[in-house]
Order: sequence, then structure tokens, then C-alpha cells
Amino acid sequence: MNHPFSLLSLRCGVLLASTVVAGSLQADWKQFRGSAGDSVEPGSRIPSQLDARSTVWSAALPGRGISSPVIVGDRVFVTSCSGGRQDRLHVLCFNLSDGSLRWERKFWATGRTMTHEKISGAAPSPATDGHRIFAFFSSNDCVALDLDGNLLWYRGLGRDYPNASNSLGMASSLSVIGEVVVAQVENDSESFAAGLDARTGTNVWKLDRPKRANWTSPFPFREADGRISAILQSSKGVVAIDPATGQTRWSYTDGASTAPSSTSAGGRIYVPSQGLTVLEPVSGAAPKQIWRSSQLRPGTASPVVVGGKIFTLNDGGILSCGDIADGRRLWQLRLKGSFSSTPVSAGGFLYCINEDGLVQVIDPSTPTGSVVSELPLNDIIIGTPSIAGDSLLIRSDKKLWRIGRNSSL
Amino acid sequence: MTAPRCSLPRAARLRKSVARIAGVWGLSILCSLHAADLSSAAREVKAVAAEGRGNPAASVAWRRLAAADSKSLPVLLGAMDGANDYALNWLRSAVETVVQRETEAGHILPVEPLTRFVRDTRHHPRARYLALELITRQDAAIGARLLPEFLNDPAPDLRRDAVQAVIDEGARFGTNNKAAAIPLFQKALTSVREPDQVDDLAKRLADLGQKVDLPKVFGWVNKWKVIGPFDNTGGAGFERVFPPETQLDTSLKFDGKSGSVGWRDYQTTSDYGLVDFNQPFTPLKGVTGYALAEFWSDTPRRVELRIGCKVGWKVWANGRFLFGRDEYHRGFEIDQYRMPIDLLKGRNLILVKCCQNEQTEDWTKEWEFQLRITDSTGNPIFSTR
Repeated sequence: MNHPFSLLSLRCGVLLASTVVAGSLQADWKQFRGSAGDSVEPGSRIPSQLDARSTVWSAALPGRGISSPVIVGDRVFVTSCSGGRQDRLHVLCFNLSDGSLRWERKFWATGRTMTHEKISGAAPSPATDGHRIFAFFSSNDCVALDLDGNLLWYRGLGRDYPNASNSLGMASSLSVIGEVVVAQVENDSESFAAGLDARTGTNVWKLDRPKRANWTSPFPFREADGRISAILQSSKGVVAIDPATGQTRWSYTDGASTAPSSTSAGGRIYVPSQGLTVLEPVSGAAPKQIWRSSQLRPGTASPVVVGGKIFTLNDGGILSCGDIADGRRLWQLRLKGSFSSTPVSAGGFLYCINEDGLVQVIDPSTPTGSVVSELPLNDIIIGTPSIAGDSLLIRSDKKLWRIGRNSSL
Repeated sequence: MTAPRCSLPRAARLRKSVARIAGVWGLSILCSLHAADLSSAAREVKAVAAEGRGNPAASVAWRRLAAADSKSLPVLLGAMDGANDYALNWLRSAVETVVQRETEAGHILPVEPLTRFVRDTRHHPRARYLALELITRQDAAIGARLLPEFLNDPAPDLRRDAVQAVIDEGARFGTNNKAAAIPLFQKALTSVREPDQVDDLAKRLADLGQKVDLPKVFGWVNKWKVIGPFDNTGGAGFERVFPPETQLDTSLKFDGKSGSVGWRDYQTTSDYGLVDFNQPFTPLKGVTGYALAEFWSDTPRRVELRIGCKVGWKVWANGRFLFGRDEYHRGFEIDQYRMPIDLLKGRNLILVKCCQNEQTEDWTKEWEFQLRITDSTGNPIFSTR
């Protein structure tokens, strides 16, 4: 007979091992384009040769959406919307290991739900700090839940500020920085950005923003002095703000795109502005412009920096590769189909998904880039994939896929 | 035959009776306390308001609601009565949390009390719909049997699903059996409120050779007086107060963007009730127009004014500003904006300001709006004169 202490130790050991397997060996993917908002997971080893056997599992979704999944340990969080007017908002939690549904919560939209047919009510991606999920919708409803689905707070920003909406749909995702949830609710009318207290949902700060529809997303950026700024992009340019107060630290005012978001790498910010403009923030002063290229203009997809190169993808499927040192275009590669989603990078490869659901794996280390494998998912895919360990999480209006090494084979 | 004597001595029997009574009382007191606690927690949750006011207290109270058992579901649903839209979501998530825990524990949801709840039209429409969702989750056959009851229900979501069930039934016959399909589509048409379902039915009936009088089904306000153009160069006309906003005498003339302008009659015959300023004024850019309608009501009543517009607009009812929006050419749909108004008995005046911007793309030509008055379910209300 086991001594109770031994049994307890054994149970603790199993629990610890499970936790390690589930949580520690893979980095969480905490927001749109990853925890750093750069679309890159260098430690991931997603297979580069994808084929029909690469689907680890797929799960049905109860409604439409183009938001990206976020991942905490063994949990995958996804948002959807359903109903004749897309006014039922879903937050779902799946088990990463087997795709089973752990829980689902539904809410009623309090703001306007009209969108262009290509977008949907579940366009903004949720974000997490690893302990809480913050889900955001085109109606500007914002929900905070714990990892088990218990409601922590609810905000109806579209109800609070009734002219804050976009008849094409809102798509800016959330970013959680410290105890502040940063939301850009930017549109032609009542346009603002807000920092919400992650504990209560109340406004920490609220800034008037340019009155112009804007679908770009905020992301955290580490300044040269170590402070974390929230980067907000709009038609006017880019501002870096203190996420705790909303105060501007620096700004760039030469205009920027309202669809693809900026990305950061190596202390620089790659802004879809006048083609592509690279900024290097300097403490206490306007950021230094490093280079600008009209040949690297992104489409809807945001730029990605990997291995000393920058990649931009236009809506027609032309993938451009540039040298991050000087912006010189190195090569272009025509991919199949049209693109809305941003590529993600793992293990040095780029994973690009066209609107027909064809996953194309690119090896950018070859002299002109090459497609090394393809996987047709045969569904319309607009949203950007996420990375969980050695897997891609991809969603359509109907399904969520885990793509990777299928250990069951 | 004599009754068997109780083997317990009298004192013991007495103690047992007292204990029984105390047990029942205790249970009753506990239940009352439990109900009182749920009621108190629901009050705290229902105190949430704009900008997150009340969220911290609601978050604590929510845990008490979410700890309830499945028998308390009708109480939780009942708490939605009178709740604002924020609180509805707090309460909904408490219900879902209870349901998840209880069903995972193998407990059965209380279908009979939930059925009574969904049938009771005094309850909040969304609470009733959620009750039907729970019934369906527990027993899909019961949910399906209940659905036809809601074909003319005041709860929009219940009605929508009931209408859809009739449409689906008609669609199964399709064009192969017109005699069976047409009555079903027409039955759905008499109950339908949702614009997308109206459009769907109109197309299905057209395929079967039946024309639908869309202006009548939607109930557009179709008789207007219009005046314009006034200026909207640089979008400044949206905020600028032009004379029609302060002087509603339709015999007056004013200085417009390019000369004197006066009110003229305009009647829309569009299936979708479009008041198209490009018709009377020719296609223009950087301009503002106004439309004025008389709407007569036999009684004072609260109704909804529903407007669809893809350019800048403002609307007033009986001189009171209701809402406005300076968004241009992003999108348009029926009932895009809904706002409650109180109709007066007799004549009511509805004034719409409609601003066109200076974009030049093909898809920016529209300078129009549509407007209807409905009850809260979307049932059109017509001017009595």
C-alpha cells in the first residue's frame, strides 16, 4: 500500500509534468500576431512539409469570425458571432491537445453589428495576460473572463459612446500591457482609443483619435530606455503612448495605412507609411527615420521581420522580401490567390494562407524564396493564424484547425 | 382494525415532530435566504451602468449568482426583467456558468419551469429566448415543439426563429410543389419582422410567381417635402445649422448653395423607401438636403424610428434632435440605426438632414436615406393620414 505522502508526491509530480507539457514548453500566443505583435515564434518547429496528414484536429465553430485565436498553455481561445444580425457574441475555449470544447460563453452585442460581408462581428482578436481573456468585437463590446470562463467584467463601448462604430465593421484587436487593456475604437465619427483597467474594465484613459476609419491594432514596443509603449497607428501616422496614462511619448506624423499594422524588431518599427517606413525611436525626441521604400508596400497583411529580412505581402499574393539594413528589395515571389491574413513565421519559415484557405509554406532562405509545401483547407480564410508550440491554429467562419505534427499517425 | 401503535415513547415522538417541523422551517428559511441572496446579488449586478460603473461590485455579486443550482435558473432569468443591456450580459453569463456546471454534474435542467418562463411574455424577450435555448439544450424535441408558438411573439429572436422554421418548411417543397410552398411563405410573410427574412421571402415568392408589396411590408414613410441643396464643402455642412433646422414653414424660401431654394413635394416609390436627393436636385457633391414628413398618430405612443443611410445624417422628431452621424459611404442597411421616439396624438413632424460629401468614386454617388416607424418588434406603423 502506498503511503499517503508518496501518493501525494506522485499526484503532484503528474500534475507538474502535465503543467510542463501543457504550458511551459510552449510560449503563449497572447494577442493578434503573437505576444510581441511581431508574428514570429522563433522557437517553434512547425513542420515545413504540410500535407493532408498535418491536421491534428479540427473543431466546428458556432459562428462567423476572422479574429485570431490566442493561446495560454493548453487552452485555445476563439471568438465568433452568430445570429441574423451577428449580434450573438461567442467566446470559446478549446483544449489544444485534442480540440475538445472546454467552455463557451455567449453575450448579446450592445453596439451596432453591421459589417461588410468580408469582415464579421468577430473581427478583432482577443488578448490575454495569461490569467484573463479580454475579448473584443466589432460592436465594441469588450468582455473579460478568467481562464475558466467566469465573467470578470463587461463593457459596451459602442453603447457608452454611441457614434463609435464603422458600418464596414471594426477590426482593431486588443493589446494587454501591464494592467491596462488598450483598445483602438477609431472610425469616421466618434473616434477614440482607450486604456481599460484590466481588473475592472473602467477607463484609465481615453484619447480622441483621428476621425477616420482605422482597422490597425495596437501592440507593445520596448523603447530604448526599457519602458514599454503602446504603439497606435492611424491615417495620421504613429504615436507611442504610455499605456498606464495614455500620454504621448513620441509621434510620427507622415501618415500611415489604416489596414496593415506596423511591426517591430530590433528596436525599430516598420510602419506601412509611404510604402514602408522604418523608424527608430530616440528617447525624448521624434523617432529617427532609417529608410523608406515604396517597393515594400504591404497590402492588408502586416509586415513580418525574420532573419534580417522584411517580408510584405500584397492583396494579390506578391510576397516581397527586403533587406532590413537599407530597405533594398531582394526578391519577389508570386503566391497563389488573394490574401487578407498576415503571414506568421516559425523556425525560419513563413506560413501564408490565402483567402481560399490554401496554406503555403515559404522557405525565405533560398535566393528568391520558394514554396516548399501547400495544404488546402478548402474554406474561406481571412483571419491571421496563431502559433501554439509546434502547431498553427487557423480559423474560418466554420472551423478551427490545429495544423502540425500529427502524433496519432 | 386498530392502527399499530407507535413504538416510540410520547416524548420521543414529540421531539421527532418538532425536528421535522424545524427541518421544514430550516429548509424553508435556507431557501428564502438563498433566494434573498440571489435577489440581492442580482440587484448589485443590475446596477452596472455606462463606462463600467458598478463593475467591481457586480463582479463580486456575479460569483454568488454563478454558484446557484439549476433549480434557480428561472430566478436568474427572471432577474433579467428590467435589466439594462450591460446587466443582461452579466446575468446571461451567470446562467451559462450554472448550466455548464450542472450539466457536467449530470443534473437535468428544469424544463417545465423554463417552459412556463418562455411562454410568459411579461419576461424580458432575451431572457425568454435564453430559456428556450436551455430547453432545447436539455431536450431538442421539446424546443422544436415549442417554437411554432412564437410565430407572432413580441420577442424578436423567438419570432425570428419561428418564422425561419416556417420558411425552412416551405423551402423543402421549393418550386416542385408550389401549392404547398406558397401558403407557407405567405404565412411567414404575415409574421416576419426581420429585413433579411423579408427579402428572403420576397425572392422565394417571386420565384413562385408571387409578388410581394415590399413598401407595405416594410412600411416606409414615403411622402416627404424636400429642400436643398445647401453647402457641405469640406463636410462643414453637417454641423452648420441651415434655416430648415430652425424654421419649419414650408412656404419659406432660403439661400441655398447656389441660389434660392424652396420646399417641394417628393414621394418615393422605391421598394426600399429610398428618399433619393439625386432625383430632385441632380447628382451633386458637397451638399446638404433636408426632408420633412408629417406622421399622424391616433394616440400618443412610444415607437421606434428606424433609419438607413450611408452618408451624413441628422434626424429630429417634433423639433427634438434624436441622433446624427457623420460617416460617409461605409455601408448601408435597413434599420441601420434605431431610436425610440414618443409620438404625439395628431400630427408629428420628422425632419431628416442628409449630407453628401465630395468623394468622386462611383460608389459614392448615393445621397439618400430610408425611414420607417415601427413598434419594438419591427412591426411597421403607418401614418393614419
